Amino acid sequence: MAAASNNPPLLEVRNLRVEFPTRRGTLLAVDDVSFDIAPGEVLGVVGESGAGKSLTGNAIIGLLEPPGRIAGGEIRLEGRRIDNLPYEEMRKIRGARIGAIFQDPLTSLNPLYSVGRQLIETIQTHLGLSNSAARTRAIDLLKEVGIPGAEMRIDHYPHQFSGGMRQRVVIALALCAGPRLIVADEPTTALDVSIQAQIIALLKRLCREHQTAVMLVTHDMGVIAETADRVAVMYAGRVAEIGPVRDVVKHAQHPYTKGLMGSIPSLGVRHERLTQIDGAMPRLTEIPKGCAFNPRCTVHGARCLIERPELMTAGSSRAACWRHDAGGVGQPVSKEMVDA
Amino acid sequence: MLAFILRRLLQSIAVLLTVGLVAFSLFRYVGDPINAMVGQDTPAQEREALREKLGLNDSPPVQFVRFIANAAQGKFGLSYRTSEPVGSMIVERMPATLELSFCAALFALLVGVPMGVYTGLYPNHWSSRLFQAVSLIGISLPTFLIGILLILVFAVWLHWLPSFGRGETVQIGWWTTNFLTVKGLQALILPSITLGLFQLTLLMRLVRSEMLEVMRTDYIKFARARGLSNRAVNFGHALKNTLVPVITVTGLQLGALIAFAIVTETVFAWPGVGQLFIQSVQFSDIPVMAAYLMLIGLLFVLINLTVDLLYFAVDPRLRAQGTARAAGH
Repeated sequence: MAAASNNPPLLEVRNLRVEFPTRRGTLLAVDDVSFDIAPGEVLGVVGESGAGKSLTGNAIIGLLEPPGRIAGGEIRLEGRRIDNLPYEEMRKIRGARIGAIFQDPLTSLNPLYSVGRQLIETIQTHLGLSNSAARTRAIDLLKEVGIPGAEMRIDHYPHQFSGGMRQRVVIALALCAGPRLIVADEPTTALDVSIQAQIIALLKRLCREHQTAVMLVTHDMGVIAETADRVAVMYAGRVAEIGPVRDVVKHAQHPYTKGLMGSIPSLGVRHERLTQIDGAMPRLTEIPKGCAFNPRCTVHGARCLIERPELMTAGSSRAACWRHDAGGVGQPVSKEMVDA
Repeated sequence: MLAFILRRLLQSIAVLLTVGLVAFSLFRYVGDPINAMVGQDTPAQEREALREKLGLNDSPPVQFVRFIANAAQGKFGLSYRTSEPVGSMIVERMPATLELSFCAALFALLVGVPMGVYTGLYPNHWSSRLFQAVSLIGISLPTFLIGILLILVFAVWLHWLPSFGRGETVQIGWWTTNFLTVKGLQALILPSITLGLFQLTLLMRLVRSEMLEVMRTDYIKFARARGLSNRAVNFGHALKNTLVPVITVTGLQLGALIAFAIVTETVFAWPGVGQLFIQSVQFSDIPVMAAYLMLIGLLFVLINLTVDLLYFAVDPRLRAQGTARAAGH
């Protein structure tokens, strides 16, 4: 796997499948997803709504909402398998080894408790510090995430903070016990554009300083390009392409990734129109045979309609496409074509 | 905060004056009090003298002001039925009603809230479904029927508990209490359950639906993501967020418990204010009825004031108004 470093991976996700039993049959929302995250690495996960990126994040922190459940595969943190741990065991890992940041800072904090109380209870749950030591650590954390007047602000309630400040508090909460990995699910989506850049810069700086790896789930390719070391593009519950962020942005292999890149407006370049991908992502009940992207793909061939492509090495990235040579720099497909 | 309390006090006074007006009009329009006080053969002249002496010839506004002024001092005149002062009649019977209502409310809270939390946390468990079904019975059976059924089972068939009265009571100053004797406590059990059962089911259903709502919120998910223990999440973060509506309903229901203890007191021959009220209605004993009306009005106002103050204790967002404003957005 084309990881950014040669260290053993911090997080290994292997053939993860997440399914939802419904009255009309079981829906496979995350289908055979595999990736690694190295210590200190930022992996961006990008895709449309419903592509399975948030579910993958929730599966890693062990908080899939029922009836959703992990149906197959493995998740390993620092070599230890964590996807099948009992609730109490996993609870001790959450917050301590894996932190989480959610989309909306306005609703992530309990409105009835002061931010200090929420920080202190988290610190004490995992580190067992005394009240005063936990409070000191809480104030330090607030200072670290850039909250002015932390000594006073610690006793304030969430409604007394603005959206950006609340997301800083949420980041402080995620960092409480010094986790090795943070799963950040759309951490800037609910914020003003002017605040987004600050929060991303903060997250990036803190993770570099603490050597914390990040799984950054977003649909904002700009945020990924700026922050991530590697990027995984998800489509219809599967990884369509994964690789170093520069390569994926500059030399996208998968037609879907190309489409995504074409839809980003850029300064300085005059576009007549942004390119768009026609159609919509298929519903989980209507995923087509072969490559899930084939109905929207402009370059699909006969094989794409029959056989599902696995991730294949294409330059420095890996793409799940039979035709990644069709417009990129990849190698021709070496496997035998299946009869049409 | 202070301004809020002052505003609430003014509103309370307005409410009490309105209740006073209704109570006062009982005297004016529910028959002639003189007829109730004197015999058939009392000469008209004597009646007129009595009328003058009681101030009944003054204009209604003057009489109303006098009524309110007396009521404020706890003077409601003499009972038509027993010729005792109404104030002391009510004070004498108040402890019985208050103790009964208190026990019923305690029963409803101590059983209803945990059941609500449980059914909210495990909505699909078979025992939750059982609680839900049972609570439907509790909410739809009328109070008197529950009382009679309880008497039948526990007093008539099993002989475990007394079926009527307060049992033994102990006098502490003017207050008579059930809490200090075994017989008194036994006598409290059936009436408290009867009176509290409806409130219990109401509270359970309320807490359940609030819990279901709260458990879906992001801050509960985030609390779990921070690795907090189940206890801290369920009983700290979640339960506290269900408290505001629970306090509201508990407050209103506490008033209702006291006011509507009438039925339970009648079923169990409980010597409380409710029973006194029923007897007074039968005898058209207007001073007692008026005093009861005023008393219940006062209780409701006091309870609502307490509830409003409790909101401040629970929800910091209310406290903050007027002090620190949220910055931005």
